[in-house]
Amino acid sequence: MTREETLNELKKVIAPYTVNKEMLAGINDQTDLIRDLKINSANLVDIIIDAEAKYDIEIDYDSADRMTNVGSCLDVITEKINQR
Amino acid sequence: MYNDILDQLPYKSSFRFVDHITALDEDGVTGDYTLRPDSFFYEDHFVGNPVTPGVIITEIMAQIGLVVLGIFLLSKETEKSKEDTNFPLFTSTDISFHKMVLPGEKVTVVSKKQYFRFGKLKCYVEMWDSSNDLIAKGMFSGIVKKVGIKK
Repeated sequence: MTREETLNELKKVIAPYTVNKEMLAGINDQTDLIRDLKINSANLVDIIIDAEAKYDIEIDYDSADRMTNVGSCLDVITEKINQR
Repeated sequence: MYNDILDQLPYKSSFRFVDHITALDEDGVTGDYTLRPDSFFYEDHFVGNPVTPGVIITEIMAQIGLVVLGIFLLSKETEKSKEDTNFPLFTSTDISFHKMVLPGEKVTVVSKKQYFRFGKLKCYVEMWDSSNDLIAKGMFSGIVKKVGIKK
């Protein structure tokens, strides 16, 4: 899966947790999940759990800690997919 | 039986809404609370017509359904010292109310764990009255442990 394909999939994972659909459509590596997309910090856990189910991966505590913006989410997801 | 858990609740006197824990394991908790007729909120909600506020119903469900279970799960996970203060943060609920609760009523809260990960506890919580009628239900989430992903 290319980074762009992963990004499009990630948008679907994030969609239920943000009301800012316009911002979501235009997200890039620098987009911050809490600050820019106004996602409740506890919902980051739901995004991680949904991503695990979607990509059939397991995200550990240290990796989850890194997932604060879109770029780092894509990095972690790609890394875990490659480890499968 | 679960006095050690009750003692660790960070709430005191007028804002502690847990009387008894009747069942508790890693998948859920059941507990009850009897509304004190002299509680501070009845005087003004409503004048001459005391009814338990929805926020208090929500708080009772969160204290029993999330905080009691959260303290229990944390104690299983780590050897915490007794001096550590539990600092729970309520993060979301989609509660719906089905019946009023009047002063003096005993309510029972039943909580079923959906997951506990990265410090976030999510539970499906119901509240029942003594005639087994549903008072309220909803998905409740809270953070019961400081985690780095908040930064």
